[in-house]
Amino acid sequence: MTTTQFTAQAPASDAARRSAGSALSDFGAVMLAEWTKLRTVRSTYWTAVFAALAVIGIAAGSCAQWADTISQHRDRLSDLDPITASLTGTYLGQLAVGTLGVLVISAEYGSGMISATLTAIPQRRTVLAAKALTFTAANLVFGQLVGFAAFGLGQAILSTQHAGVSLSHPGALRATTGAGLYLAAVGLLGFGIGAAVRHTAGALATLFGLLFLPSALADLLPPSKHYVIEYMPANSGSQVFTANPHPPALAPWTGFAVFCLYVVAGLIAAVILTERRDAVLG
Amino acid sequence: MIEVRELSKRYGGKTAVDALTFTVKPGAVTGFLGPNGAGKSTTMRMMLGLSRPDSGTATVNGRPFTEHRRALHEAGALLDAHAAHRGRSSYNHLLCLAQSNRIPRRRVDQVLELVGLAGVAGRRVGAFSLGMAQRLGIAAALLGDPPVLICDEPINGLDPEGILWMRTLLRGLAAEGRTVLVSSHLMSEMALTADHLVVIGRGRLLADTGVREFVEGGARSSVLVRSSDQARLAALLERAGAVVRPAEPRHAAGEAEAGESASPRGGLLASGITAAEIGELAVRHDIVPHELATQHASLEAAYMELTRDAVDYRAENADVPGTSTGTGISSGESATDETKRVRA
Repeated sequence: MTTTQFTAQAPASDAARRSAGSALSDFGAVMLAEWTKLRTVRSTYWTAVFAALAVIGIAAGSCAQWADTISQHRDRLSDLDPITASLTGTYLGQLAVGTLGVLVISAEYGSGMISATLTAIPQRRTVLAAKALTFTAANLVFGQLVGFAAFGLGQAILSTQHAGVSLSHPGALRATTGAGLYLAAVGLLGFGIGAAVRHTAGALATLFGLLFLPSALADLLPPSKHYVIEYMPANSGSQVFTANPHPPALAPWTGFAVFCLYVVAGLIAAVILTERRDAVLG
Repeated sequence: MIEVRELSKRYGGKTAVDALTFTVKPGAVTGFLGPNGAGKSTTMRMMLGLSRPDSGTATVNGRPFTEHRRALHEAGALLDAHAAHRGRSSYNHLLCLAQSNRIPRRRVDQVLELVGLAGVAGRRVGAFSLGMAQRLGIAAALLGDPPVLICDEPINGLDPEGILWMRTLLRGLAAEGRTVLVSSHLMSEMALTADHLVVIGRGRLLADTGVREFVEGGARSSVLVRSSDQARLAALLERAGAVVRPAEPRHAAGEAEAGESASPRGGLLASGITAAEIGELAVRHDIVPHELATQHASLEAAYMELTRDAVDYRAENADVPGTSTGTGISSGESATDETKRVRA
């Protein structure tokens, strides 16, 4: 092997190459790279399988239980909320999706890959944005797939007792789409926290703490202040996949908008900290 | 071309890089040397925009690295051999980096072939040895066919064949007109690889010079002399303009008494004069030369001499500074004083 084989061509000035592509297609290229990263590690598949099993499996289990109850006690039918019963697995599924959101960025820091990534694309905000967009796009598709699968399977099971509803039922389409949207939003929340905290374990603790602790703590407030609980992340976000939220619960889209504010706050923290810090774990 | 100007970086209260200024020119391999903790890696990370300097600038091809788009075409870097997700195959690792810079897939195959990893392209990076990981790092650095290469300790973990391969590769890349900066704490390796040296200690620039000048400037070569009449010869040599001192004994330290230098058994070290000149001088004065041996200062010795006061971590009883990573007694006061003087 001779030295002339080291290169495809002689080292060239950057000017010619830079003119080759517009900013938009450059960004598309970074997104394509992030898609490759996402699909070439096992953790993506493990978490996706877990999330799908959680959302669809719990829908099946919950609806089968209801079907059984109704078959024995027809009067219990009035207690059944068929839409919510088929989407209740979202509560467990969010753990997997949120974990993947954390891993998408924390694994870069943990493995040291981040230095290779940022040597290829030194604009840190570009990397963060491409990562967040790619992951969220994939997550939106995934969330809708599992959401509709859970609804479909759940209603099919309930229909054996003539208790299932169709998507045209009031709130059904919104709640089913909402389940997928909520999963995508939790993933993005995990991503923001992962980028801000960088260590996987710390980021996961922060994410789960944020999802569960405020609701538990708000319970300790005097009853007159209990409405605060409705603004906590998990409470506000879950209304969008609940068929008929009853006050004081927030309305579905209001609740989801509140949850998105938490997501945005996480992303802002991520951008500020990523810009300010050295890109190596100390 | 890499230009570093008054670059400084502090971590907490400790100054890691202290007003460094140097230029790395194309067409040569520049060795970036310094004891452990001297600030080499920090400096390289600042060149690539991975760490933010507290003051000063570092530019690659005339601009701060963070202003370059599709930066793999500007500089390739091997900073940490394990800068890859362990669960990803080496092919996919290189593919995602290539895609981010719109580099075609065939270039991935090309660099894998070049570094000798084509046969294990599908294997997970986590299963790689350190040597294979270094090769993967080089492959990533070469993806964009960049005019600048920055490699932090690239021969770490390589076997002798790998070291030879790396040396040939780096020299070849420099010969093509590229700027090649290679850090190492191994002087002996740099003697074979580098054309130019930038030596730092405790974050400060100690030398920025060609390899040859470094050796000559660091410690002059001298001649070891043993003869039938050492005292008279010493006087003659001094009269001839040479600097004469007793050779350090090679056995027990107890024998190193000053008076011994005059005894026939003790050697003399003469510098500023050649072995031939000494021989002629001795014969002319009826002194029989028993031994005349020219001692060239090795790059290692010159490096040791230069960095003696700039070693951060030194084992208590180590007599070789710069190579020890033993539990740290911090270095001598002289360096601290000097540092303070420079900053004052």
